Amino acid sequence: MNMVSQLAVEAPPSVSIKGLTKRFGALTALDDVAMEIRPGAFHALLGENGAGKSTLVKCLMGTYRADAGHVLIDGQEASIASPRDAQRLGLGMVYQHFTLVSSMTVAENLVQGEAGLGAIIDWPARRERLTAFMADMPFRLELDRQVSTLSAGEKQKLEILKQLHLGSRFLVLDEPTSVLTPDEADQILGLMHQLTDAGRISVVLISHKLREVEAYADEVTVLRQGRLAGRGQVGSLDRSDMVRMMVGEDQLAASAPRVTHDAGEALLSVRGLSVEDDKGVPAVRDLTLDVRSGEIVGIAGVSGNGQTEFVEVLAGQRAETGGHIEAGGRRYGKTRAEMRALGIKLLPEAPLDNACVRGMSVAENLSLRTYDTEPMARGGIWLNRAEMRKRAAGLIARFHIKTQGPDAAIETLSGGNVQRTVLARELSEKARILIVQNPCFGLDLKAVAEIRRQIVDARNEGTAVLLISEDLDEILELADRILVMSDGRIVYETPRSEADLQEIGHHMAHHEE
Amino acid sequence: MNSVEAVAINAAAFVITLALFGIYVATLGHNPLDVYYVLWLGSFARQISIESTLTNAAPLMLTALCTAIPARAGLLVIGGEGALVVGGVATVLAGMLVAGAPFLVGVTFMSLAGALAGGLWIAFAGALRQYRGVNETISTLLLNYIAIAVMYHLITGPMRDWERVLKTSSWSIPDALRVGALPVIDVHWGLAAGIVVCLILYVVMRRTTFGFGVDVLGGNPRAAQMAGLPINRMVLICCFMGGAAAGLAGAFEVTAVHGFASESLVVGFGYAGILVAFLSRQNPAAIIFLAIILGGVAASGGLLQRRFDLPDATTQVLQGLLFMIVLASNAAYGRLNVFQPAAWRTA
Ligand SMILES: Nc1ncnc2c1ncn2[C@@H]1O[C@H](COP(=O)(O)OP(=O)(O)OP(=O)(O)O)[C@@H](O)[C@H]1O
Ligand SMILES: [Mg+2]
Repeated sequence: MNMVSQLAVEAPPSVSIKGLTKRFGALTALDDVAMEIRPGAFHALLGENGAGKSTLVKCLMGTYRADAGHVLIDGQEASIASPRDAQRLGLGMVYQHFTLVSSMTVAENLVQGEAGLGAIIDWPARRERLTAFMADMPFRLELDRQVSTLSAGEKQKLEILKQLHLGSRFLVLDEPTSVLTPDEADQILGLMHQLTDAGRISVVLISHKLREVEAYADEVTVLRQGRLAGRGQVGSLDRSDMVRMMVGEDQLAASAPRVTHDAGEALLSVRGLSVEDDKGVPAVRDLTLDVRSGEIVGIAGVSGNGQTEFVEVLAGQRAETGGHIEAGGRRYGKTRAEMRALGIKLLPEAPLDNACVRGMSVAENLSLRTYDTEPMARGGIWLNRAEMRKRAAGLIARFHIKTQGPDAAIETLSGGNVQRTVLARELSEKARILIVQNPCFGLDLKAVAEIRRQIVDARNEGTAVLLISEDLDEILELADRILVMSDGRIVYETPRSEADLQEIGHHMAHHEE
Repeated sequence: MNSVEAVAINAAAFVITLALFGIYVATLGHNPLDVYYVLWLGSFARQISIESTLTNAAPLMLTALCTAIPARAGLLVIGGEGALVVGGVATVLAGMLVAGAPFLVGVTFMSLAGALAGGLWIAFAGALRQYRGVNETISTLLLNYIAIAVMYHLITGPMRDWERVLKTSSWSIPDALRVGALPVIDVHWGLAAGIVVCLILYVVMRRTTFGFGVDVLGGNPRAAQMAGLPINRMVLICCFMGGAAAGLAGAFEVTAVHGFASESLVVGFGYAGILVAFLSRQNPAAIIFLAIILGGVAASGGLLQRRFDLPDATTQVLQGLLFMIVLASNAAYGRLNVFQPAAWRTA
């Protein structure tokens, strides 16, 4: 097949979903949902955490089998029983996590997903076609670069290119921008918009960021609790309309009042910390900082500048190669006893992989910090699963975690609800030192407001908060002191009162020049 | 739900194995139905075959724990054979030390010695892994060879019983300290020990905070690190417990079956135990039943070979088939729609 001509010739399909219902046991995740995507549309799919967005597109892509309803493609009923069927119909999906083979080159990754790949690959001919394909695309990547050297934004582009190369003319992007910086996100969505404007593909974008939706999408569908809550043209809706469709008449949590007080003693101190990444390359270089009681220290920076490795060291998941960490005035050995005595709580990125146990229930995952204390353990030895469940039920209610119950497996929760589960665990007891990395990734508007409020509340009560975030707006909203991390170092520091967006942005981009 | 799934998948694995084994014996010119009947006869049909089945099952329960307990912490230990041998040798040495002691004291001491030796043996592999980054599967495999070599060295030299000419063996433990049969059924006390140890470890792994921590570690080491769990210590304890169980199997092989250490300790209980551990999906209570079934296969092997004049390796063929099919059937977990009414798992 020649993708280039195909992309140019074939128009994207019109897709309409009718009466879609999907149940997981007793839970109805989707209830009689309808959705229309006209060819060449840039369609946004909105909804709170657990509203059913991912489930809807997974039904469309053949990952899940719907219990009722059907899909019409160009007016014809289509049966999509597997992702392969979807691919054949020109429907493709870009997942939130990357599916690339990082030890292979861009060209190899592009070819790798193709059906009907013979035993022998005629590389010269393929390269010629790939070059022609790339030339036709609004964004390009060098064919010979190894994927492991690509930035997150470039990987996302490659995922999209891969889908286009496979012949998808209908692309679903499930929260594609949560791993990207705002600039990268704007760039990618802008390019997608060019493709839809030219009528070459249709796009369905799932996102919690209304700014992106307003800037790029032309139509929206909103889900609430598995039901269709509204739809319309982006141009004729304003932000409050969309929010009302998403959350109903509920009010968003007001942003927390900030108590003005002087920060207290330093509770968390990092002294000359050096850390290497998995390949032995220095990732954090001679990093020194203090976080004092009652202040939020925000670390801004483009992802991949050592933040992940830094948090891993704080979490005890990576050894430092130099320097040390002090907590509560003493050297911190990351033991359970210290964590408990000092009240150290931590929310890392990718919480399902870094802070949860797949295969364990929500209740068990909520108990990782406390399972060996009364009342969940009698005498510190005997587990009391009934208590564990009872406490979990309380946390589920308090933190509005959408789950079928305390016994549901953690992997059945929607992305945002996994995040809430870990936050509930880490914030359920009083924290004296709180370390959070991208705490609002994948959370809906209401949850973002709630979580930010809790972080500020903790600060007001004297917790030392270290906030590592790629979302500059979040840092500007929350932090008392703002540090910029670049290439493993703190390259800039400013108090909240003097923060200047331009200046911070300049330092964030510094090493890339 | 999951245990129903495990039972169904295991049952299917057994049926497929028997079918393939039927084809194998058919190619050798026998009627598979006759062969199945003899399998039944030799394992569970009569009191004597049941006794022989249970006698084989006793060490299997204990060696299975040697793989199952570390596996819960995320390790793949295959050192049951070596731990059993080391435990057996330690038991003989202990028996020499306590000759003349009262029965209970002596037997307790010997059993503890066997368990301690096996436990330290596997804990050593755990320490190599945690502190030196040595892969535990490879180290325990090599430790098996080392254990067997050390035993041969001892029973052909330093510990050899020169009186016994026909069979190379170590000294024998005092007759007064030999362990006899259970009441009612002619199976040695190792069976009771195996069942009790399995049940105790079931409670430890399922009902205690330690077991919960081990499950966290096995499920996601990064989450365990984040929770500040003492990972090194937990790994060492799991390895010790598993090794101690296998060492105890060695102790009973000496005190209740042979009376001395010899090549009779190296008959593959350790490897068959790996199979039992896999079948049980690391559940110590399920090990009891699966060890009995595998014990039945072992018990009927001799009869099968004699009745049909089959090659000596026939029971190994059967066990090997079962092992491969069980490993392959692991891929079925979580994929059978019947057991996932809610959904099938997503990556
Ligand atoms: N495999 C599954 N088994 C059981 N329940 C599931 C499964 N997948 C999703 N659910 C449930 O279905 C509901 C909808 O989940 P879905 O992942 O579609 O939400 P979402 O709108 O994508 O939310 P988010 O914004 O948090 O990603 C949730 O309540 C979730 O717990
Ligand atoms: Mg989702």
